[in-house]
Amino acid sequence: MGMQTIGRPTAPVVSESGSVQTVSGSKGLLQHEDLIFEIGDAEKTGVDLPVPSGRADRLGGVTRQHATGLPGLTEPEAVRHYMRLSQRNYAIDLGLFPLGSCTMKHNPRLNEKAARMPGFADIHPMQPQRTVQGALELINELATWLKTLTGMPAVAMSPKAGAHGELCGLLAIRQALISRGEGETRKRVLVPASAHGTNPATAIQCGFIVDEIAADARGRVDMADLKGKLESTDDIAGIMLTNPNTCGLFETDIKEIADLIHAAGGYFYCDGANFNAIVGRVRPGDLGVDAMHINLHKTFSTPHGGGGPGSGPTVLSDALAPFAPVPFVVKDADGFHLVEDVEGEGAEAFGRMVAFHGQMGMFVRALTYMLSHGADGLKQVAEDAVLNANYIQARLKDVMTPAFEGYCMHEALFSDAFTADGIETIDIAKALIDEGYHPMTMYFPLVVHGAMLIEPTETESKQELDRFCDALRVVAERAAAGDEALKAAPYLAPKTRLDETRAARKPILKWTPPAPEAIAAE
Amino acid sequence: MSTYFTEDHEWIAVDGDIGTVGITQYAAEQLGDVVFVEVPEAGASFGKGDDMAVVESVKAASDVYAPIAGEVTEGNGDLADAPETVNEDPEGRGWFCKLKIADQGELSGLMDAAAYKTYCDGL
Repeated sequence: MGMQTIGRPTAPVVSESGSVQTVSGSKGLLQHEDLIFEIGDAEKTGVDLPVPSGRADRLGGVTRQHATGLPGLTEPEAVRHYMRLSQRNYAIDLGLFPLGSCTMKHNPRLNEKAARMPGFADIHPMQPQRTVQGALELINELATWLKTLTGMPAVAMSPKAGAHGELCGLLAIRQALISRGEGETRKRVLVPASAHGTNPATAIQCGFIVDEIAADARGRVDMADLKGKLESTDDIAGIMLTNPNTCGLFETDIKEIADLIHAAGGYFYCDGANFNAIVGRVRPGDLGVDAMHINLHKTFSTPHGGGGPGSGPTVLSDALAPFAPVPFVVKDADGFHLVEDVEGEGAEAFGRMVAFHGQMGMFVRALTYMLSHGADGLKQVAEDAVLNANYIQARLKDVMTPAFEGYCMHEALFSDAFTADGIETIDIAKALIDEGYHPMTMYFPLVVHGAMLIEPTETESKQELDRFCDALRVVAERAAAGDEALKAAPYLAPKTRLDETRAARKPILKWTPPAPEAIAAE
Repeated sequence: MSTYFTEDHEWIAVDGDIGTVGITQYAAEQLGDVVFVEVPEAGASFGKGDDMAVVESVKAASDVYAPIAGEVTEGNGDLADAPETVNEDPEGRGWFCKLKIADQGELSGLMDAAAYKTYCDGL
């Protein structure tokens, strides 16, 4: 035969050794990565530039006395550093992201295509308004959708995230109280114990006093406690409520709550973070809401959590609409224009929150999402989101402890009651990392011990939900059995269990060069 | 000297008209590892139930309420550099502050050790 000599073994040889220690610290293609200061050193530069000569010093007496100590890296070193770090990240494009109350749904690629159209992507806020009529029309169109879906007469488009929208709503409430001559007397804002932390923070930021309402045994607002807080009403500014609340439960008494607050002379702020559970099914305006922010980066599928900026348009009732911040889009005979000043059409506005009109790129994505789904599709979004969460609750309830009885809305909440002594919620969360999943929201809401809050959203398939539940079931069973190995999870992540206590007690906030003399010698 | 407890898991050990205040063993265990404590300074006055101190663990930040009204005579300055003392010895070296008691009558509204234990068992 004609002997072929370039063959090589192509099947793996079974090895006895399970783990391999590498010299570099890398694990195969998951490379070890040092800090950028440790990769480069201040003595070298990645760019060849001639040393300037004949240069007159124009800095007076403030010329730098020491070298900056910045590391010099070649371009491939710098690119690889950030590329490797990016590969440590977890993203919705990599896997299910079950963070409760975060609505980490898929970001459709169609949204991206629309946002990259040059007519939207390449315009500038300071262009003459007659050259960006299409963009202004899009903002107006999105505003119409938001008003229709919420049953509210007005919307402030400029807030840039959820908490910013809360600020917008509370500033509108404050302005309304000032216009009634009660700005100094009505200072008390009621906030349920299960509220997002941003709610009381926003109220305080606006100069209000927070009064906490207890939760009842069903995880909802304790009506007796609420009525007790409303015995005196002269100082009531309003209430901040999330519906569905952070226990994943619909506040069934919401209409009565709204009526009580209105009778007390206050306003009803609804935190719209959980709107995904009710979009297309319930109009907050029908529930008596006066203001609600809408997280476009949750309900309306724009990127979320490091993937892109948030956007928090805030819908307002008739009572608050006159106080909406500038700028806002209006249409007249000549087309669309922005009302920029607190005069004329904007005379009663409480002011301005941002330099321009808001997150244009997110507006394009959100409207694309709405148009591609249609009103019926958005209704199905809420239905499927609730169905998926209930599927998760049903698949896990025999091995974990649901925090409350009955069906949930868009997120399933469990307590740590099922775990053996010594095993905590955090151990379950860390073990999920080994299984390749981002952990759920943990230790929130505060009203449930060792809370685990899981929101799958409607964009996960049944197969993916099953894979997630299969993994979580095994972890939960290990937790119930008291498997001590959970205490050191994750084992397979780039970094294993970190000492969060030491990090908090003795934080090292700054990299220190190993030999500071080298820099001082410059 | 007798020690009293609140439903919010503060304790106060009374010696004459001075009460030493801290958080209970149960609270310290529930909080997890304490990483930061802010205690009131001498001279500060509080009503019963007022926010008096802040204790922060990796999990959460919590307010500590004044179990009864009084004026602070001394804050435990050691906790700033050694917050772990609150976990190690919450009802001893991990005390937060000493109060000059305004009204001894308020003590009767608090629980004794046995009642507090029963209360915690029910949580």
